[in-house]
Amino acid sequence: MTTSGTTPSPEGTELTEPSVTPQRAPGPRRHRAVPAATGPGPGLLELLRSSPVHQLGACLAVSVVLAVMTGPDGDSDHPFHGIAKSVLAPRIFIFLAIGLAFWALVQVSSRLGAVKQVAGERLAPVGRVLETRPGRLGGNATLLAVAILAPQLVSSAAQQSLVNDIGIYALLALGLNVVVGYAGLLDLGYIAFFAIGAYVTGYFTTKTGMPWHSPVVFNPFFVLPIALLVAALAGVILGGPTLRLRGDYLAIVTLGFGEIVQLLANNAQGITNGPRGVFGVPNPSVNVGPVHYQWSLDPKPYYYLLLGFIVLVIFAFGRIERSRIGRAWAAIREDEIAAEASGVPTLRLKLLAFAIGASVSGFAGVLYASEQFFSPQSFSFQASILVLVVVIFGGMGSRIGVVVGAVVLQGLAFYLRDKVPPADRYIYFGAVVIAMMIFRPQGLVPSRRRRREIQLAEAGIHGADPLGAAPDHAA
Amino acid sequence: MGFVHQFWQLTVDGLEIGALYAVIALGYTLVYGVLQLINFAHSEVFMLGAFGGLFAARGLLPAGDTPGGLASVGLVLAGLGVGALAGGAAAFALERTAYRPLRRRGAPRLAYLISAIGASYFAFNLAGKEFGRQNVPLPPLFHNGVVFHIFSAQVTTQNLVTVGVAVLMLILLDRLVSATRLGQGIRAVAQDADTASLMGVNVERIIVLTFIIGGLLAGAGGFLYTITFNASYNMGFVPGLKAFTAAVLGGIGNVRGAVVGGLVLGLVESYGGYVISASYKDVIAFLVLVVILMFRPSGLLGERLGRAA
Amino acid sequence: MTTTLDGPSPADPAGSAPDDITLHVSDLTLRFGGVTSLDGVSLRQRRGEILAVIGPNGAGKTSLFNCLTGAYRPQEGTVRYTGVGRKPVELLGRKPHVVTGLGIARTFQNIRLFPALTALENVQVGVEVRHKTGPFGAILGLPRARREERESVARSVELLDFVGLRHRVDDIASSLPYGEQRRLEIARALGTNPSLLLLDEPAAGTNPAEKLDLTALIRRIAGTGISVLLIEHDMRLVMSVASSVVVLNFGRVIASGTPAEVQRDPAVIEAYLGSDGAAIPKPTEGES
Repeated sequence: MTTSGTTPSPEGTELTEPSVTPQRAPGPRRHRAVPAATGPGPGLLELLRSSPVHQLGACLAVSVVLAVMTGPDGDSDHPFHGIAKSVLAPRIFIFLAIGLAFWALVQVSSRLGAVKQVAGERLAPVGRVLETRPGRLGGNATLLAVAILAPQLVSSAAQQSLVNDIGIYALLALGLNVVVGYAGLLDLGYIAFFAIGAYVTGYFTTKTGMPWHSPVVFNPFFVLPIALLVAALAGVILGGPTLRLRGDYLAIVTLGFGEIVQLLANNAQGITNGPRGVFGVPNPSVNVGPVHYQWSLDPKPYYYLLLGFIVLVIFAFGRIERSRIGRAWAAIREDEIAAEASGVPTLRLKLLAFAIGASVSGFAGVLYASEQFFSPQSFSFQASILVLVVVIFGGMGSRIGVVVGAVVLQGLAFYLRDKVPPADRYIYFGAVVIAMMIFRPQGLVPSRRRRREIQLAEAGIHGADPLGAAPDHAA
Repeated sequence: MGFVHQFWQLTVDGLEIGALYAVIALGYTLVYGVLQLINFAHSEVFMLGAFGGLFAARGLLPAGDTPGGLASVGLVLAGLGVGALAGGAAAFALERTAYRPLRRRGAPRLAYLISAIGASYFAFNLAGKEFGRQNVPLPPLFHNGVVFHIFSAQVTTQNLVTVGVAVLMLILLDRLVSATRLGQGIRAVAQDADTASLMGVNVERIIVLTFIIGGLLAGAGGFLYTITFNASYNMGFVPGLKAFTAAVLGGIGNVRGAVVGGLVLGLVESYGGYVISASYKDVIAFLVLVVILMFRPSGLLGERLGRAA
Repeated sequence: MTTTLDGPSPADPAGSAPDDITLHVSDLTLRFGGVTSLDGVSLRQRRGEILAVIGPNGAGKTSLFNCLTGAYRPQEGTVRYTGVGRKPVELLGRKPHVVTGLGIARTFQNIRLFPALTALENVQVGVEVRHKTGPFGAILGLPRARREERESVARSVELLDFVGLRHRVDDIASSLPYGEQRRLEIARALGTNPSLLLLDEPAAGTNPAEKLDLTALIRRIAGTGISVLLIEHDMRLVMSVASSVVVLNFGRVIASGTPAEVQRDPAVIEAYLGSDGAAIPKPTEGES
């Protein structure tokens, strides 16, 4: 029973004050289309609103941090040398100048009334959905053409990266997107299903890779459905009891599960060959009638195989997203109680999302294992986080977005491989995640539904929040 | 047979590591109590505190033999102090960058978790860059001998220092939360932030201070940890996850629950690791986490900071 | 009105006996810690009837709804529900979506739409609860999936038309004015094909013109054979649509009968602090 002493609001306590939801008031209706994805996110608006002095402090602090991030290394005997050499060197002025320039840019643009424009957009995140999207087909065809041509234009090292880093992670991100983007569940142990797929492949395709193996060996292609089912089953077994937990608890349970799987892969040497990893998974081959083809060391055929699967998955998940299942997921994300009251079996649908995500991960595991050697190292928590970063960066709930996320992030990592020590990449990933959460939570190429949800949530509209309710203290 | 023989030694070891888990777990529990958020980056606060304390103690350590007497006490205290300060500063910076901007825009719960994960990755990889990526040992600060026996178990100076300091910090925190004005504010915000703010509690200030208190504890705990184990840039993750397990085990948001959870987890891990295999210690701890969250997510003593202390 | 709302099987006015009870609540008791929210509440609702539950703030009206729909689990009592042509079933202890599946739909006191979905999609979520398309059907575009998709759109448009929101089909739910959001929520509830509809203060926060529309809408819904259980503060609305009224106060039923009887009941007048029964009590802020 609410016994609050405040004036009774006809809308009740759970709704926001009418003042933040002007579109509720009777009056001229807003029929404008949802604003385009361009333009600063609402987070930037917050930055624009705070005082210039604070902004200056923040900009300069960030430039010092950037200087340290990009500066020379230290070591445990001289722990602060790296920092000192980064900050007490002339290069600090370059960074400070960049910070100052950015600050000035923000000041100027806010003077020019950019704030008003952004604020106007923010208050009108609503309107009629444009049913026709001209150029969508053309855009997708262009993207596909680029994807088909890409390996022809780059070095063989880059081709390898297109397969191992971009292709596999794009597939993984598409799967995780179902869990995080569609159903709104945070899975931090997603790579465990990838590991399950890889080890199932090791079990069924070779007698030498692992101490524990199947009596008959198969072509990796035949293992695809098996791995898919095993991973989906693992997802259901893990999800069954845990999906009723609150979002953040679920995240930690999945993290624990991911750790357990990796530790078992490492420690159960009698089964998995332990930290030495699994060698000798054969390359997949096709022998149907007159067609004989064997994938080999050349990365290009693998790339096209992966690309084919990715296109298939994008297409299939688009169908699911637009079906009753996709709508039910959106309903759960936006208001779980209302979804349940509207007859949506919320637990079963979450489990479905979990199982679909897991099966894609297992599927990717087979392709990964059949392409190269793998060891428990490939299935670390870092890898789970990387997939999550790809999804968030690209845009949760957006299929094209997460693929773009994989291309941009992994492409950046590939580009930086000679310029930045590989271990430092995670510093940048961490910074990117924080910055995205502050400035552009909807991601690089957000889905329209998700963008609306985030805008509505930040306008304070009840239930619009795709990542669970804001905690009490969010003011 | 072996287990019975080793029982008391395993108990002593389990209590030592359990006391450390408890100290770290308090940071999770305090922040959770006040914000209802899992501070995923707390493990890096612990790591930075460990490095801070280690560098300070190592820097002050005179060349030559292992010191004794007052010099040892002073070194340990210096390590604890600098570790605590480093942890507190790290926690403050964390709150400023990964939490406050999100709070201002009313971000959803999972957004905090994601930004905290980002902060964690940022912090420990930056630490790897600055402090190197190998294990860093703390040189001995005191003579580590057997002080007395409990049944068949040897209790060493190191055991006593770790457990003693941890217990002292736990008592101090318990007093702080239950008997001071600040503690009253923390409990008020934990129970109902809106009402607390109407009653004149500065909620923002309480949130920052809660982060800092958790950071001070974790930082000092980090230094204590380096007395027994090596420091390294990625040292935070596993103890952090275990301390979170301890916090949930005792009932997250509940200060005394975190202590009970830490000790129970330390013992379970110690016994289980001996019975099954030491390499499965972590698996056991994570299984406890998964099982607890599945079947009794409110923990052994129940949630809520407001009522606990 | 060209649109019809057919229930699970359209109610046949001639065939339904006068004592055809669809909802039978007996001795419902709900406690939160030391607070007794519902204290031995009993009521009966005949099929096709509009029954109103009224009472002052905190009387337990929304708690009653939450018990019926599976959100709360009361300590004592039974709730027997009889769907059209079905055997009576016990509702207590069932999950909300199961209750909805049995033919009971509800709206919320604080409108709970899916704010970023369109009006059409909001209703579709309710309609599709009775559909069977699975992930494979959706991916492969199997005949059933396509048929159900067409049916879902057609039925949802029909329902939007029924509640007067035909022109809002593609608008984002949260962009609708308040009164239209109310009606959209009702359309979504009707989409689940209920035989009993629970409305939790549908008139709260609406203006007089919207109230008139709402009154007509509730009558039209009942006219299609759907029983309506209504929580409402607006006495004028209650008196004009309800065929019987149950009055709750402090979790107990203090009166029941026709609107006219209840209005004259001294206990009811007492409960509303001496004001006459036709006075409009203040809207409550939420009692769950």
